[in-house]
Amino acid sequence: MSKAIEVRELHKYFGDNEVLKGIDFHVDMGEVVCVIGPSGSGKSTLLRCVNRLEEPTSGKIYVEGVDITDPEIDLDRVRSRIGMVFQQFNLFPHLTVLRNLTLAQRRVLKRSDEEAVKVARENLAKVGLADRETSYPAHLSGGQQQRVAIARALSMNPDMMLFDEPTSALDPELVGDVLDVMRTLAREGMTMMVVTHEMGFAREVGDKLVFMDGGVIVEEGVPADVLANPQHTRTQRFLAQVL
Amino acid sequence: MTAVPEVSSGPGQAPRRRLKRSTRRKLVRGSLYLLFIAVVVVLALLADWQAIQTNYLDGEVWRQQFPEIITLGVKNTVLYTVEAFVLGFVLALILALMKLAPVGIYRWAATVYIEFFRGLPALVVILGVGLTIPLAFGYQLPGGTGGAGVVALTLVYGAYMAETIRAGIQAVPKGQYEASRSLGMSSLHTMRSVTLPQALRIVIPPLTNELVALLKDTSLIQFLGFAVGQRELTALASDNVNNFANASPLLAAAVFYLIITLPLTRLVAWMERRGMRSR
Repeated sequence: MSKAIEVRELHKYFGDNEVLKGIDFHVDMGEVVCVIGPSGSGKSTLLRCVNRLEEPTSGKIYVEGVDITDPEIDLDRVRSRIGMVFQQFNLFPHLTVLRNLTLAQRRVLKRSDEEAVKVARENLAKVGLADRETSYPAHLSGGQQQRVAIARALSMNPDMMLFDEPTSALDPELVGDVLDVMRTLAREGMTMMVVTHEMGFAREVGDKLVFMDGGVIVEEGVPADVLANPQHTRTQRFLAQVL
Repeated sequence: MTAVPEVSSGPGQAPRRRLKRSTRRKLVRGSLYLLFIAVVVVLALLADWQAIQTNYLDGEVWRQQFPEIITLGVKNTVLYTVEAFVLGFVLALILALMKLAPVGIYRWAATVYIEFFRGLPALVVILGVGLTIPLAFGYQLPGGTGGAGVVALTLVYGAYMAETIRAGIQAVPKGQYEASRSLGMSSLHTMRSVTLPQALRIVIPPLTNELVALLKDTSLIQFLGFAVGQRELTALASDNVNNFANASPLLAAAVFYLIITLPLTRLVAWMERRGMRSR
């Protein structure tokens, strides 16, 4: 199996604070990898390094075999192939749902307006919001906004998706709809890296579970095994708190 | 001896008479009303109503202000304001983007410009542009005195508005930039399609306040000496105060300033209330 994402000896400092202390990690093509860990463990920073929203201090990151830490790399092109979903949705509030989905298609992929709208509508239907294309984000619930954000990322036809705590800002009753969409994506074979606190989702959908603490990967393995039978005391302590 | 209701005010203090709280509140409010009425009555008695009437409210002089006060005064005031605002906005946008530029020399140049023009009285800049440029360089700005005034106000208000626009750009949440960049949009596209449209919405209320201030400052252009047809509200009014030896023209000009500025300031108040609710 070829590697979608490969991270080697990744270090990241914020000032004097070392938040990633040498991460080695990979995501295979078509695989769903869930990253869990206490807050401040560096899991979001790791995710954000993969599309270089955070600049790695040292180490290498390969996306589909291409070293994206190379200063000569066309970063916009790389990013257009990696969908990203944020905890705070980050929809563009001044644009309608439809325009949120077509903007980058037209600007980055140079699709015609007609084609962009067609792709956008397909993806809105996929997340169950075909009837909301003329709404503005402020008029949608958090769960709907997050599904629009997923549809926006999908409209770029990305090779992989990064999820940064996609359900953490949602009211509990809205989490299910978002997880359903993600479950569907996983079933369709999308490569996904998911930073999450949803252990049920990780167990059910994840191919691999990574537990991070203090800037290092403490433990990784098949989700059901790690969750049921953690090997390290730090993992045990964390799971005891959240489960 | 009659019984006096007593409330002890605290340990060690002599018991003293007290009003009920609600009664006290009523008394305070009542005396505030009384004070206000008293001041108004005293002012009304002191005022020389005869002089006020003949000097400020002379019906014949008021009538003679029309239609020039509108066709000339209001027209030129609005014209200078709009010209300086549009040009100043373009200048401000450039300065704001310079202040956020990745290259230090641009940030530095913009800062020097902004601090320079914000630190000077508008009148000094107006005189500098209108009087000293023709003297020093033998170059006459197009549009005569009005043109010179518009250029000067553009320079000054460009500096003010630049700071407002910069603050607006920085008020757009960082997540917007990250979402746009993560879709593969370049920094230029992100600025144009995501950041600026939101920033401009944020700065509409403060920019409207600056528009009002600019409108009032067009009255300073007259210190350059207008040609007759270029006079705006204040210049026209001050000429007519002299011509009629009566203050009514100035009061008329004041009324027209308020007719323009009050709706604008009310609009800002409304937008700010609405903005607060939507957040």
